[in-house]
Amino acid sequence: MDDLRLVERDVDANNVKISAQKVQVYYGSNHAIKDVDVDIEDKTVTAFIGPSGCGKSTFLRCLNRMNDTIDVCRVEGTINLDGEDIYDERVDPVQLRAKVGMVFQKPNPFPKSIYDNVAYGPRIHGLASNKADLDVIVEKSLRRGAIWDEVKDRLDAPGTGLSGGQQQRLCIARAVATEPEVLLMDEPCSALDPIATAQVEELIDELRQRYSVVIVTHSMQQAARVSQKTAFFHLGNLVEFGETGQIFTNPEDPRTESYITGRIG
Amino acid sequence: MHEQHIASAFDRDLEAIQAQIMKMGGLVEAAIMDAARSLETRDEELANQIRVGDQVIDDLEEMINQEAARVIALRAPTAVDLRLILSVMKISGNLERIGDYAKNIAKRTGVLVNMTPVNDSASALRRMAREVEVMLKDALDSYIQRDPDLARDVIERDHEVDQMYTSLFLEFLTFMMEDPRNITACMHLHFIAKNLERMGDHVTAIAEQVVYLVTGEIPDESRPKADSLNQTF
Repeated sequence: MDDLRLVERDVDANNVKISAQKVQVYYGSNHAIKDVDVDIEDKTVTAFIGPSGCGKSTFLRCLNRMNDTIDVCRVEGTINLDGEDIYDERVDPVQLRAKVGMVFQKPNPFPKSIYDNVAYGPRIHGLASNKADLDVIVEKSLRRGAIWDEVKDRLDAPGTGLSGGQQQRLCIARAVATEPEVLLMDEPCSALDPIATAQVEELIDELRQRYSVVIVTHSMQQAARVSQKTAFFHLGNLVEFGETGQIFTNPEDPRTESYITGRIG
Repeated sequence: MHEQHIASAFDRDLEAIQAQIMKMGGLVEAAIMDAARSLETRDEELANQIRVGDQVIDDLEEMINQEAARVIALRAPTAVDLRLILSVMKISGNLERIGDYAKNIAKRTGVLVNMTPVNDSASALRRMAREVEVMLKDALDSYIQRDPDLARDVIERDHEVDQMYTSLFLEFLTFMMEDPRNITACMHLHFIAKNLERMGDHVTAIAEQVVYLVTGEIPDESRPKADSLNQTF
């Protein structure tokens, strides 16, 4: 029967991109993430779901060391990206974040032109040697962000002048401009209307061809639509991690079942 | 897992659909027994009632499918809720088919009442119908009680129905060879036996849906298939 699986749902690769072991996160005395082990695969969309305060965003932010910016936050355990510990003292968090890009809940374009929004990352990381190279990177990124056709005639216009959905796709274009290997998305559609949401979800599916995508979402249906793997967090624990179809038809843990079916849990 | 949804209207929708399934199940059980009784007592009037009553069963199936489609569209059910909706759609289809077989038995009864009875075959068919009806009752009980063990027991018992069919088949074959004047009646009686055997298969399918609903796994087809018929050809 396995041969009859829908091809689109097939996980393309089984290569582990990020491997987390025994991860603990503390905010001061608050133990926010407890003993989380998870392997995130390459070229796969992994969704993190769970009630508010369950730690899914906190864990996501560990994956590119965004939690470093919070003083009281302490991370223990190991997180390897392609086998290398990202919390090693020799790792430069800025370089890490170029490899592990992030898209946030609210579209946050810089108060600059559309062009400069996308060109910013490649410039500071020295990815383009001249203007022509940069033009190529900007166009390629905007195309990957599925927004090129809508903005190609007004690249000098401010990014903040776009609609919410366009701004979010601009932010995704900005995130992919530095050629990341992993893209972290923290509720990327919660401020968008259903059409813009569908466009971003379509984009996520395209991005999966090249990147490993990890998405935090409160919309269970979104997790079901876009991801191949789903992780359910509850009270700082990773309760269940598995193939998305299995999680949504026959979850193993009763807590997962209660949560996804909308029962009091 | 908790029993109740946060959205209580969702619970009410699911309960309403299941109530319709039970109503349909009750009507189908009665149709099986009435069909067998009308055959045995040569009651043409009762046979007619079954044919008319089948329309109610068909309408219920239609209604259940519409309700299930609504729940899928409006509630996007997942996990056990999804399995429940999938199972009611299949179970209603199985019940509708069983109803059709009962109606077909009633039609043949309408023909058979005008013929000489063949031995005591009608009571043998009634025993077979009784077996199927009890299986259906247990399958529906296992559904309401979410009891996969009882459902598995029902699946096992279909074997007995298959054996009853096989022995009736051989009996009818013998009657026809003995006296060609029996052929018309025996052909009808054989189809009735076959209908009952097929009903058993649909009851088995319902029981399989119960196992799927509760465990998320479709049971293996490990039940030994009665292939004694193959030896007769």
